Amino acid sequence: MSAALPPAAAAPQGNGLTELLGGLLPDGLPFWALALTGAVVSFAIIFAFIAVLAMFATWLERKVAGHIQVRYGPMRTGAWHGWAQALADGVKLLIKEDLVLTSADKPLFKLAPMVVLSTALAAFVALPFGPNAIVADLDLGIYFIIAISSITTFGVIMAGWGSNNKWSLYGAMREAAQVASYEIPLGLSLMMPVMYFGSLSLNHAGAMQSGWYGMHWYVFSDAFWIAIPSFALFFTAALAETKRAPFDLPESESELVAGFHTEYSGIRFAFFFMEEYAAMYLMSAVGTALWFGAWNFPGLSLLEGTVLHAPLAVAAFVTKSLLLVFVMMWVRWTVPRIRIDQVMALGYKYLTPLCLLMILLAASWEWVKAIAFGA
Amino acid sequence: MANSTKDPALRAGERLVELDVRTQDVEINMGPQHPATHGVLRVLLRADGEILTGAQSHLGYLHRCAEKIGEKVDWLQYLPYTDRYDYLSAMNNNLAYSLAVEKLLGVEAPERAQFIRVILAELNRIASHLVAVGTYGMDIGAFTPFFYALRERELLLDIFEKICGARLTYSYIRPGGLMNDAPAGWLEQVKAFTELFDKKWGEYWDLLVDSKIFVERTANVGVVSEELALAWGCSGPMLRGSGVDWDLRRDAPHLVYDRLDFEVIVGRGYRGTVGDCFDRNYVRMYEMVQSNRMIRQCLEQIEDGEVQHPDVGLLLRPAPGEAYVGIENPRGELGHYLVSDGSKIARRLRVRGPSFCNLAVAEHLLPGCMLADAAAIIGSVDIVIGETDR
Repeated sequence: MSAALPPAAAAPQGNGLTELLGGLLPDGLPFWALALTGAVVSFAIIFAFIAVLAMFATWLERKVAGHIQVRYGPMRTGAWHGWAQALADGVKLLIKEDLVLTSADKPLFKLAPMVVLSTALAAFVALPFGPNAIVADLDLGIYFIIAISSITTFGVIMAGWGSNNKWSLYGAMREAAQVASYEIPLGLSLMMPVMYFGSLSLNHAGAMQSGWYGMHWYVFSDAFWIAIPSFALFFTAALAETKRAPFDLPESESELVAGFHTEYSGIRFAFFFMEEYAAMYLMSAVGTALWFGAWNFPGLSLLEGTVLHAPLAVAAFVTKSLLLVFVMMWVRWTVPRIRIDQVMALGYKYLTPLCLLMILLAASWEWVKAIAFGA
Repeated sequence: MANSTKDPALRAGERLVELDVRTQDVEINMGPQHPATHGVLRVLLRADGEILTGAQSHLGYLHRCAEKIGEKVDWLQYLPYTDRYDYLSAMNNNLAYSLAVEKLLGVEAPERAQFIRVILAELNRIASHLVAVGTYGMDIGAFTPFFYALRERELLLDIFEKICGARLTYSYIRPGGLMNDAPAGWLEQVKAFTELFDKKWGEYWDLLVDSKIFVERTANVGVVSEELALAWGCSGPMLRGSGVDWDLRRDAPHLVYDRLDFEVIVGRGYRGTVGDCFDRNYVRMYEMVQSNRMIRQCLEQIEDGEVQHPDVGLLLRPAPGEAYVGIENPRGELGHYLVSDGSKIARRLRVRGPSFCNLAVAEHLLPGCMLADAAAIIGSVDIVIGETDR
């Protein structure tokens, strides 16, 4: 998989993982060796993280769904609250027969899950897990994440077309229609924090929110009145980006059977599944990094320089992101699905103009600050 | 794309180039195995992208020759088959058949039996509407309300199990009365349920029916006008949702319904047009409240007594003749037309099922809608395939 190529390309700049490896490896190694090692190591780390995350999120989703629906969810597999259910499911999906329909467009059918998963993996390279705990600290981190995660759509369309199933094709068609309506507000909604921080790097945004003993988050900043509505806009668009209810039209279970992944089974289905949870985490992490102080929490700055600092920062960041993932699940199991024309109306008629208005407000506020305080 | 090469608006030397793109409608089979068709209904859809241009339903995947069986088994033996047409409201089916046989026999069930029958029929209406509204939520993508609805339905099934031992196919209401009297404590259990249900009803309303997305998805969708509903012989919530004030419990009084005070809920275009999907669900939601009210009144008025007519035994031989009785089932008018030649077996047994007639309208609603509305419309008709196919 070509997932980890970007960090290699971005190796000379920033203070990411490749830089760290450069310090560990013996001097005099050619650049390509350094880049290759960086790529392999970062791929391994990200893939392991996503695999564990997908398992945990599957279990969490079942528990959340269960408790919302006045039942328990899995309780038997594994001793404690069915913790091993996701593990058992993973094994099941691995050993299941990998069906490819004879009537399917085989190259597309087989390529689609790989495209979907590898783009999700690739987006993680620009995502920090803690201060400087980032594979590649790109200057254009947010831009890179938005660009790469949009490619997922092509995978979905390939899957829908390649399956040679009308329901799948409908899922793909809806995804294509949906992507045009929510990618714009998603990109625009990220511009408010970007203007505030003056940077497209998530790592930088995180570092800038470390003031006030770790409480100088964007939502608590002087621009909180921009931050809160802009987060609502971002979160709505992010739900659509991750194909979660109420925007789960590409796979809408009661209308399109299972949408674009109707014909997939076994490990290929698991790839789509992992991508969904990876995308959910990715969007939540971007939201956390920009609005909710990334890895900062009250008191973190007191630990600066101690051994505890890095692990706690990573733990805080992952926890906050998972909380947003939980909110996504909460929304999914509460609301009905909206119709495709309503998705498009929401994207074009409401979210995009609102985002443009918020950008105007955010820009004006930065201008006012610059004049008033000379900041 | 009209061919307008000689458009006068074009200046000299300009030419309108048009691509010859030919498009074709997609034909899709919705069902017989599809999550939104509530069983084995198959709807052949024709669609231009997301817009439907045609629909045809194909029935019969669950045909079990119920009516023909009715002409081969004796009067009482047929009772269990009635459970199986609309398995979500088996008590009402039993009641419909029993009333028709009683009319042939010229007898009436004792008063206590009539009260218990009304209680059971209304409890089963609540159970049936709970499933209808809950699965309707699933059709439009909300899974959770279904579990809330089933939570209360479980309590109802417990009540049914206590009185007759079965949870789905009861065969409890029978010609002449009931299988047995209600066991001790049963009426108290029903009373506890009616009190609980009043509290829980708001949960479905707030979580599903009154939510913004639900209204957006259902209002002005699948509008059945009064004329259309009457022309196609719709009944039940499908007809009342279209604004027709017609309810057999009030308009053709049977049992003790004339002694009960209740309102007939009619669609008035509460969030959109009269007769849209929202109105049909509104009718179902408020009918549950009315049923609950009726049960409470029955519990106040019921007295001790016999529950089986002394002259009606196990082997029935009605005098030659014919009878038709239609009653208000949760889904509409369920009628039985019976012809007896004086023997122990029916000469002719014919069933008029509400789902079957209501479903016929759906074909007329689908063209012009979005594909997602197909699930919303078919769900709002609230069919049970066991009854359309019988």
